[in-house]
Amino acid sequence: MGVDKVIKVALIGNPNTGKTSLFNQLTGLKQKVGNYPGITVEKKQGFCKLNEIIKAEITDLPGTYSINPTSMDETLVLDTLLDEKGNTFPDVIIVVVDIENIKRNLLLFTQIKDLKIPTILVINMVDQMERKGIKINVPLLEAQLKTKIVLASARKKIGIEQLKDVLIDYKKLDTTPISNISERIDKEYFTKLKNAFKEFPLYKSWLLITQIQEFEFLSEKQQELVLKFREDLDCIKRYQHRETILRYQIINEILKESFVVDTAKATDLRGILDRILTHKVFGYVIFSLILLFIFQGIFDWASYPMDLIDGAFASLSSWVKTVMPPGTFTNLIAEGIIPGIGGVVIFIPQIAILFTFISILEETGYMSRVVFLMDKIMRRFGMSGKSVIPLISGTACAIPAIMASRNISSWKERLITILVVPFTTCSARLPVYAILIALIIPNKPVLGILNLQGLTMMALYLLGFTAAILSSILLHKVLKINNKSLFVIEMPNYKIPSIKNIFYEVVEKTKAFIFGAGKIILALSIVLWFLASNGPASFKNAEETITSQDKNKDISKEELQKRIASYKLENSYIGYMGKTIEPIIKPMGYDWKIGIALISSFAAREVFVGALATIYNVDSDGEDVGTIKQRMAAEINPDTGKKRFDFPTGISLLLFYAFAMQCIGTLAIVKRETNSWKWPILQLVCMGVLAYVSAIIAFNFLS
Amino acid sequence: MFKTIASLKIGEKAFIEKLCLDNIPLKLLEMGCLPGIEVQLIQKAPMQDPLYIKVNGSHLAIRKETAEKITVVNY
Repeated sequence: MGVDKVIKVALIGNPNTGKTSLFNQLTGLKQKVGNYPGITVEKKQGFCKLNEIIKAEITDLPGTYSINPTSMDETLVLDTLLDEKGNTFPDVIIVVVDIENIKRNLLLFTQIKDLKIPTILVINMVDQMERKGIKINVPLLEAQLKTKIVLASARKKIGIEQLKDVLIDYKKLDTTPISNISERIDKEYFTKLKNAFKEFPLYKSWLLITQIQEFEFLSEKQQELVLKFREDLDCIKRYQHRETILRYQIINEILKESFVVDTAKATDLRGILDRILTHKVFGYVIFSLILLFIFQGIFDWASYPMDLIDGAFASLSSWVKTVMPPGTFTNLIAEGIIPGIGGVVIFIPQIAILFTFISILEETGYMSRVVFLMDKIMRRFGMSGKSVIPLISGTACAIPAIMASRNISSWKERLITILVVPFTTCSARLPVYAILIALIIPNKPVLGILNLQGLTMMALYLLGFTAAILSSILLHKVLKINNKSLFVIEMPNYKIPSIKNIFYEVVEKTKAFIFGAGKIILALSIVLWFLASNGPASFKNAEETITSQDKNKDISKEELQKRIASYKLENSYIGYMGKTIEPIIKPMGYDWKIGIALISSFAAREVFVGALATIYNVDSDGEDVGTIKQRMAAEINPDTGKKRFDFPTGISLLLFYAFAMQCIGTLAIVKRETNSWKWPILQLVCMGVLAYVSAIIAFNFLS
Repeated sequence: MFKTIASLKIGEKAFIEKLCLDNIPLKLLEMGCLPGIEVQLIQKAPMQDPLYIKVNGSHLAIRKETAEKITVVNY
């Protein structure tokens, strides 16, 4: 099979036009997600075979209403289309419009058409045409818009083949602008602009001077010219408004002839659903019920596959030990790598379940109603209705949650959202909570149906949300940022979610987590194992030291082995590290072993359990592979003679993990999203102090 | 006093008269809020803010503070 020609295609459209469905139809599983250089916006690309020799490389650009960006992901569309030398600059553009909102959707089309790049118009969801009483005169519309039109229904696989054929012949597409808008605004001004940048299409020059951002691809001379034009800001603003009004006039004229809607056929299901879902009582009740249902999913349903995964990896470890020859290599695999991979895989069920729910809510159009419902409330905390989505996503993982805040166009609201999201109980905290709760809280029923352990878990979730809300109130008061807010959201029509879209979304998000956070967790598990099984001279001589001690003369062989292992751990590199920080963590009730776990979980919280597993695995003689929980429960505090993980220590640990910012991945993402080290450092310090102080208070108060 | 989108009753229709260009973001125009276009207030969120409007075939939610800057006239 020889494929020797690749056409670069950019997929552009308003949000809620079915652009993603079309992308999934065209590319199937041949997708890859990368990052644009310098920013964390995900670049979704995929390949589509057009015929035996031609292949399309399709880039799915973020949804936008206009080429003039108001948020970070929208900026990307403009950057891609203006930088002719950029490696995603398209040979041909597909603009996807939704048949129901064609008027507003065409605004973006007319803007893009003026860039003189070959452009195809895909009118999506045509299967709804008859039901909505819509009639289109395609040849007339094609002539008016000077393009090829493909009527499609991405969900029903209509029009896909025709689109591929049009793509193959993209060179035949007309690249002339739809109409001379510039002349109708101010002929003199635009002639001046045209002469200043003879090398660019006029509309591109206009876009260059109307934005506030810098364009790196411009030469120094071009930069200067741009800045000179930008000086007359009032004029630019006025002309931008004129431009938009003129574009709508042109669109209205065009649609008057070629697009007919028989409004009598429209049904009012939307109105009924809206009245219920945004009702001042039922709206909140329904939203709470949905949240409860989601949490039920994360805790309850996810626990079955998680237990299976946990068990499978534990037996894999012991199996490896029985079949492979004993030695360092076997230990590395059985005690380092396998538990390390297990520590990543165990999160998949929860993350997958959460993202399934979130994408269903987004796909159906319900999420916009939540934003509408919550905006006024969230504004009291300095956030936006749109902050609700990051805060819910934060219960899976703060990293995608912080990225989800990108569509909040007010910088202050977005910043506060980013800063408080790490307080929400992410799934990395769950294994820590789960094991500690199992150790210190009795498994007793409360009021018949509830369970004490479950209630504790819920209390910890509420604690996370409360911390997020309280700190946002504080930030709202403290941060002095000029908040010129712009809040316009579309309330899309309700849709039945597409299983295919949800599936791709969940696969993609889960993959991103595994390869992002997973790498750190796995690498750390191995480093940890190494630090725990190696050490200076005292570590190497452990056997002789212990055997020669008088008090160890009369004990059994097994007991002797245990004491050697324990001595070894104490004298390993990690043992030394744990001991070094012991004075600092003593006030919270921890010893050097917990210290080791704390150190390792500063990279990622979930490593806590893995670290304890490693510590107690090395500590035991390695043959009795019980669960970590059993080993932790058996651990005795030599100072008091009581259990190591008693109630005060447990609560202190829970509070520490609830508040502390222990996640390198999140810090890195906050740095990238805020473009400054100031905010991640602020988060690290403030959350750390809060965690430390509250853990000390709780421990001393309880013991 | 001028009548604005914020002072419409639920279900009431009117025509957009003027958008105060200094305060109204370009984005709102791009979403279809243009002078001379019919606007209908569909619903108000609990606590009377934001407002859910239908304009130019689009269903949008805007905050009260923005709605107050868009004056409307009845027929």
